[in-house]
Amino acid sequence: MSVEDVDVDPASIDAGSIEAGAVIGGDPRPGRLRQLIQPVVCVLAVAACLAYTNSKELSTKEGLLANSELWDGFVRHLWLTVVAAVLVIVISVPLGVLLTRGPMRRYANVVLALAGFGQAAPAIGLVVLGALYFGVGVWPFIGALTVYGILPVVANVVAGLESVDPRLTEAGRGMGMSAFTVLRSVELPIAVPIMLTGVRTAVVLMCGTAAFGGFVGAGGLGALINTGIKLGENSLLVVGAVLIAALALLLDWIVRMVEISATPKGLA
Amino acid sequence: MSDQPTTNDSAVDDVVHGERIVLNQLTKRYPGQKTAAVDDVSMEIPAGEIVMFVGPSGCGKTTTMKMINRLIEPTSGTITIGDEDVTDVNPDELRRRIGYVIQGAGLFPHYTVADNIAIVPKLLGWDKQRIADRVDELLDLVNLEPAQYRDRFPRELSGGQQQRVGVARALAADPPVLLMDEPFGAVDPITRQRLQDELLRLQEELRKTIVFVTHDFDEAVKLGDRIAILDVGSEIVQYDTPEAILAAPANEFVEGFVGHGAALKQLTLTRVRDVELHDAAVTHIGGDAQEAISQAQEFGRDWAIVLDEQERPQRWMSLRELARPGALRSVSRDPDLETISPASTLNDALDEMLTSSHGVVVVTGRRNKYQGVIRVETIMEAMQSLGSASSAPGSAEAVPS
Repeated sequence: MSVEDVDVDPASIDAGSIEAGAVIGGDPRPGRLRQLIQPVVCVLAVAACLAYTNSKELSTKEGLLANSELWDGFVRHLWLTVVAAVLVIVISVPLGVLLTRGPMRRYANVVLALAGFGQAAPAIGLVVLGALYFGVGVWPFIGALTVYGILPVVANVVAGLESVDPRLTEAGRGMGMSAFTVLRSVELPIAVPIMLTGVRTAVVLMCGTAAFGGFVGAGGLGALINTGIKLGENSLLVVGAVLIAALALLLDWIVRMVEISATPKGLA
Repeated sequence: MSDQPTTNDSAVDDVVHGERIVLNQLTKRYPGQKTAAVDDVSMEIPAGEIVMFVGPSGCGKTTTMKMINRLIEPTSGTITIGDEDVTDVNPDELRRRIGYVIQGAGLFPHYTVADNIAIVPKLLGWDKQRIADRVDELLDLVNLEPAQYRDRFPRELSGGQQQRVGVARALAADPPVLLMDEPFGAVDPITRQRLQDELLRLQEELRKTIVFVTHDFDEAVKLGDRIAILDVGSEIVQYDTPEAILAAPANEFVEGFVGHGAALKQLTLTRVRDVELHDAAVTHIGGDAQEAISQAQEFGRDWAIVLDEQERPQRWMSLRELARPGALRSVSRDPDLETISPASTLNDALDEMLTSSHGVVVVTGRRNKYQGVIRVETIMEAMQSLGSASSAPGSAEAVPS
């Protein structure tokens, strides 16, 4: 379709053009240093954990520290987080769009308040409630994670769409774009940076919260912490906590990169 | 006022590209409001003319305009463009045939200049080459170098440049009708004057039907072939040529709008090209300073204007400056030197004169070539002849002493 052609294709922007864009604006991107350091710190933290677990004689209690176990836990943890994040996005973006259209606008505050409850409830309570009602296991846990992550994303989708100057949508309609074309070609691209900031917040929250998966039989790196508590093994606790933190920081960094590359050129 | 553009019946080479718009008993009533925002408006907007909607804020002038492209759907009444009743046609398709310019241009910040201009052609399914050619043609038309501006983003343009792109975008698919909603409201006065001059220049070529909403009566007098003065409910209080409205305001409401200083406002009716320009002492970069001095003394002036090889004015130089040895060897352009064009009004000329320190203002034509100067005397004479021609009430005491 014609109008899509002008949309900035995120994949077409390589790191070089991002930097060029920053130079044109005369505004060096804040936090460049952090962007470089963050992934390095993550890799170092993981490497330190692995060096530690591989250098020591593992006792029977420390079976979870074996490389294969750690890898399985890591993959599982990542999977839990990513699946929940995808669900959050699939639910939140249409919901946010709906809440900024005409008559639905008035329900925006109610929905945001409800989502606020999901956020304010202690994660452990939410997870245990989910387990009580829907049984122990992976999917009830992912459901609880999703509820936990919806608020920041819906709130930012709404905020992002509302940040679009109403004159732009009027100009679009005035030139004969349909309401849907205006949404797709004008509102969403302009709202993308703010929306993705919400996604990043949600992903970090959910990665941390996914540690509770170890308590309700959903697996993940939380199992290290759970076992560590039960057996009083500090090595398990520390390695589990460090790996989860490293994963959360890594995901934060990845979404931040997506955020930068998905921001349309021309927006400062 | 001899060549104030009147209607489209005169010259042979005048091809009117616009279409007539007829509003018939147009009404807009919002639910839950007692009075109608627009109440039973009927008017005819002739093809190829600029019609200005002027009125106090909240009078419904913008609502009326937005009903023409049905951004606001009328509660009752009909709209005819050309011979077609467009009251019930698909609004999206209708709007692709009507150019729309809004305040601050409303350019999409994530589209390049070229992409912004290409929006309607793309909606209409033009092929790529045709769109690219059209974009360059339009950038040329609004005096922006295509190679330089095509790939820029709106935030890399000044307010005036953005507004030009906004006009180019509205003209992209060559619509017969343009709607302009206070387009020059957000730019500084000098830029506004230039944009107005340019719109008039464009209109000489294009002859579109333009509906232009403004709250600035001076702008209405300058740009309009006709002015509709609207009161609450979009009631048309007077609908006539600027000359007629200035000469005979229909009632007190219009008089209030015309304001005092009707004689001064008459200055907006006279273009620079309608008056005789004066000569000033002229010299060129690398020219003979002595000759310039004697020329200036002949005119009884203390200043001479320095031009470059292309006859473009660079700066004023005083006799004392000229007397210095080698004064004309290299002269840089004075960034504050303001010039006006033949399409500017005497009002614009007076403005420039009051802000410059020379008591005269330089007139330039095509490619900024020097044409002459306007003196205060020119304006005084014009005002006197206008004052005697029309006996508008209040005009006598309105001339500031």
